[in-house]
Amino acid sequence: MLAKFIAPLRLLLLALVLIAVAGPALAGPFEDAVAKFTTDDFSDSEEAVDAIAASGNPLAFPIINALKDERLMFDAESKKVYIKQEDGKAIDAATGAPVDAIPDSASSVSLNNKLRRHIEAALGGLTLLSPDLNTRISAAKSVFKSHEEAALPAVESALAKEADRSAKAALEQARAAILLFKSDASEKEKLDAVATIRSRGDQDALAMLNDIGTDQPPAVTKAAASAISSIQNSLALWSGVQNAWYGLSLGSVLLLAAIGLAITFGVMGVINMAHGEMVMLGAYTTFVVQEVIRTRYPGLFDYSLLIAVPLAFLVAGAIGVLIERSIIRFLYGRPLETLLATWGLSLVLQQAVRTIFGPTNREVGNPSWMSGAFELGQITITYNRLWILCFTLAVFVILLAMLRFTALGLQMRAVTQNRRMAASMGIATSRVDALTFGLGSGIAGIAGVALSQIDNVSPNLGQGYIIDSFMVVVFGGVGNLWGTLVGAFTLGIANKFLEPVAGAVLGKIAILVLIILFIQKRPRGLFALKGRAVEA
Amino acid sequence: MLTKIAHNIATLTRRRMLAATAGLALGFSLSPALAADDTIKIGILHSLSGTMAISETTLKDVMLMLIDEQNKKGGVLGKKLEAVVVDPASNWPLFAEKARELITKDKVAVVFGCWTSVSRKSVLPVFKELNSILFYPVQYEGEESERNVFYTGAAPNQQAIPAVDYLMKEEKVKRWVLEGTDYVYPRTTNKILEAYLKSKGVAPDDIMINYTPFGFSDWQTEVSKIKAFGSAGKKTAVVSTINGDANVPFYKELGNQGVKATDIPVVAFSVGEEELAGIDTKPLVGHLAAWNYFESIKTPANEKFIKEWHAFTKNDKRTTNDPMEAHYIGFNMWVKAVEKAKSTDADKVIDALPGIETPNLTGGVAKMLPNHHITKPVFIGEIKGDGQFSVVYKTKDLVPGDAWSKELEGSKDLIGDWVGKKCGNYNVKTNKCLGSGT
Repeated sequence: MLAKFIAPLRLLLLALVLIAVAGPALAGPFEDAVAKFTTDDFSDSEEAVDAIAASGNPLAFPIINALKDERLMFDAESKKVYIKQEDGKAIDAATGAPVDAIPDSASSVSLNNKLRRHIEAALGGLTLLSPDLNTRISAAKSVFKSHEEAALPAVESALAKEADRSAKAALEQARAAILLFKSDASEKEKLDAVATIRSRGDQDALAMLNDIGTDQPPAVTKAAASAISSIQNSLALWSGVQNAWYGLSLGSVLLLAAIGLAITFGVMGVINMAHGEMVMLGAYTTFVVQEVIRTRYPGLFDYSLLIAVPLAFLVAGAIGVLIERSIIRFLYGRPLETLLATWGLSLVLQQAVRTIFGPTNREVGNPSWMSGAFELGQITITYNRLWILCFTLAVFVILLAMLRFTALGLQMRAVTQNRRMAASMGIATSRVDALTFGLGSGIAGIAGVALSQIDNVSPNLGQGYIIDSFMVVVFGGVGNLWGTLVGAFTLGIANKFLEPVAGAVLGKIAILVLIILFIQKRPRGLFALKGRAVEA
Repeated sequence: MLTKIAHNIATLTRRRMLAATAGLALGFSLSPALAADDTIKIGILHSLSGTMAISETTLKDVMLMLIDEQNKKGGVLGKKLEAVVVDPASNWPLFAEKARELITKDKVAVVFGCWTSVSRKSVLPVFKELNSILFYPVQYEGEESERNVFYTGAAPNQQAIPAVDYLMKEEKVKRWVLEGTDYVYPRTTNKILEAYLKSKGVAPDDIMINYTPFGFSDWQTEVSKIKAFGSAGKKTAVVSTINGDANVPFYKELGNQGVKATDIPVVAFSVGEEELAGIDTKPLVGHLAAWNYFESIKTPANEKFIKEWHAFTKNDKRTTNDPMEAHYIGFNMWVKAVEKAKSTDADKVIDALPGIETPNLTGGVAKMLPNHHITKPVFIGEIKGDGQFSVVYKTKDLVPGDAWSKELEGSKDLIGDWVGKKCGNYNVKTNKCLGSGT
């Protein structure tokens, strides 16, 4: 009964006190902590973050969040700290009152990694009860990582309220991590904690179990050791799966780079050293498209690649047709001259791009759907690699269908198999030559769009892929698209299984040696063409 | 064949350059006062085509700017300076050819140039034989002190060692991944670092060394290896000597696989403002770089330099970087030495250079040492979201460059001293000059 009256009374009293001291200095622990940001010293900022997180003040979250994004400004002269909000307005960090403008002398509070870790831990504790599920899960994850004892009550109360299964699991792991490092936790609690962390089974769990130190009860140490070896065993199995995925991903990049060459070199027999530059032109087309989108239509950024694909095909294809008409058609049947002419051409194209766009790398951004990764079991699959694999397979299927089912495809096959016969059947062979070369170049162009997502966009982009492309086409068997497919994935997977064992440098050498030996044994590659085309 | 084509391109560029200079000379003075004898020629030996053009073109531009500014101040010894630009086209033997051409045909007084160590090694014999001067502006592996070369970039003790010290002290790093491109600079630097870490009590099991080929672009396996290495329960960091173009895919893969700087920081020795201009840096915030200069350092000298650079290139987005500052220092030292020697004669200038002091862009003073290296401050910067670095650590004093590493068995007793001992590799234990002392 009495308590009912005391609570409002207390509030009233507090309000009175506040009014009494509401002068210039409203000094409490929270305000003191905020003022510490004005020294812009890393250890002062760390103390400020910890104190603010513990204060329970409603401004704690906005302040620390602003600090994380470099939006927390301080003015050393007036000893004031401001939050620059995402909508551009500003508030005073100590009082929450809106401010008209942040003074020019203010600058943002600087960060370093140690401070960032404090921020992550603090934000984790503050957002455990956030209404947004993903925020709660990432909060639990950062508590797991920092495993500060102080967060235990917050984790336990959050655990009691949590309804979602995945958030609950994350919270339980966070609780286990705290208990494992809590010196006065009971042996039973610690053994349960080890079991919870063991069930997680990933590298973070491994790191944590490795880190528990020697002052644990013997039973806990033993349980941890057995958990470590079981996690290591399962991770070793997973690493095989992971290598296979990396191999597929590398194979898809190789295939994408080589597939255009499989047409110009494989089908037409033109040794095109400028193939890599067609890839580069595709990448620069992507850059130009993104640049236009950035300046004119920023909302379309996520669609930039979809817009760039047809454009890159047209640009590279048109240049391909131009090259065929002006240079290559005079050199059919003279492989050595073709090689030299196209090589010279590749240098000209590189230097032209260097003159127009400058020698430095150009920034091509990843659209949001191509950034980041997701976990599949214990392996990480990055979205950009996954999309490139899908894209490559789509290009391959479309190309196959085109060669098989369209009139142009039929004419291409006819001309490359027997030029004179095709000509006497009324096919305009020189037109087909130009279109075939244009098709091969255009496909190299769209490869450039994809490669711009994982590699530099610089004038040298193409050089890195030309050797690999020839390797894939020759290994797979000249004149056979399926051979290119199998060749690319074989080389990709072999490379990625060799790399962890032999290292990247030796792995690459081993692959080259294997290919040389293979070509000795089967000079026509994996899938040799049979029949008359071979002699042609 | 490649050489031939590259050579042709190079000659073309040079002709155009010469034509342009000639045109200029005609333009502003029809009076006979500016005859050829009244100019001092300065050679610029940086690749403007080929793989290294990405880094070296900027250095050519900064040299043209510095020469231009000096001419506005009245030149040197009352003579105008004239830049002679050649293009060695990222082709190492062509570097030697072009250097010879600059010295014998164009009769340049001094050459500013080279980026990779192999290009420097390729021109060394030419500079020795023809007795000329080379200013080399890039951080390198050390283990060298030549009479004809002045090293204005960092030696390993001015970049690698302080960076490792910082990680050990501030981040409490216990486990180390040394990740590099497979050539001489990373291999020597990693050898020095490995010896240094072991001397600090790091167990061999806690050091992993990986090399990848030039232009490596598929980093999936390497990054997952780093993640696995980092899961041993000890704080892990990556020391990266990855060169050039391979950096962008490396950082992209780190970002995509979620390796955050707060978990496994990467400290790089070859990544500067220029390299970051090609990537979205938001996932990389907090990763580190060690340099002797950052564009973001606020000093009046640096602000002036950046303003002039933007005006000269007519592009206010062009970044500045560490090797540019090295050329700034080197060029000013050369001007001072020529004025001190009252001559551009190579022998006199070489003797005048040690001891010359000139302000650097970060508020300190660079001094040319008897071993032909200079004193530099060391900064550790963290990558910010806007592609710049925020300095999180700075050495208290200027660090003098060591030509010979104190960490390596073979070189710890060697010093370079071109003032007293007239020797680049003097052994202080045996008191002998091991190489040719002249």
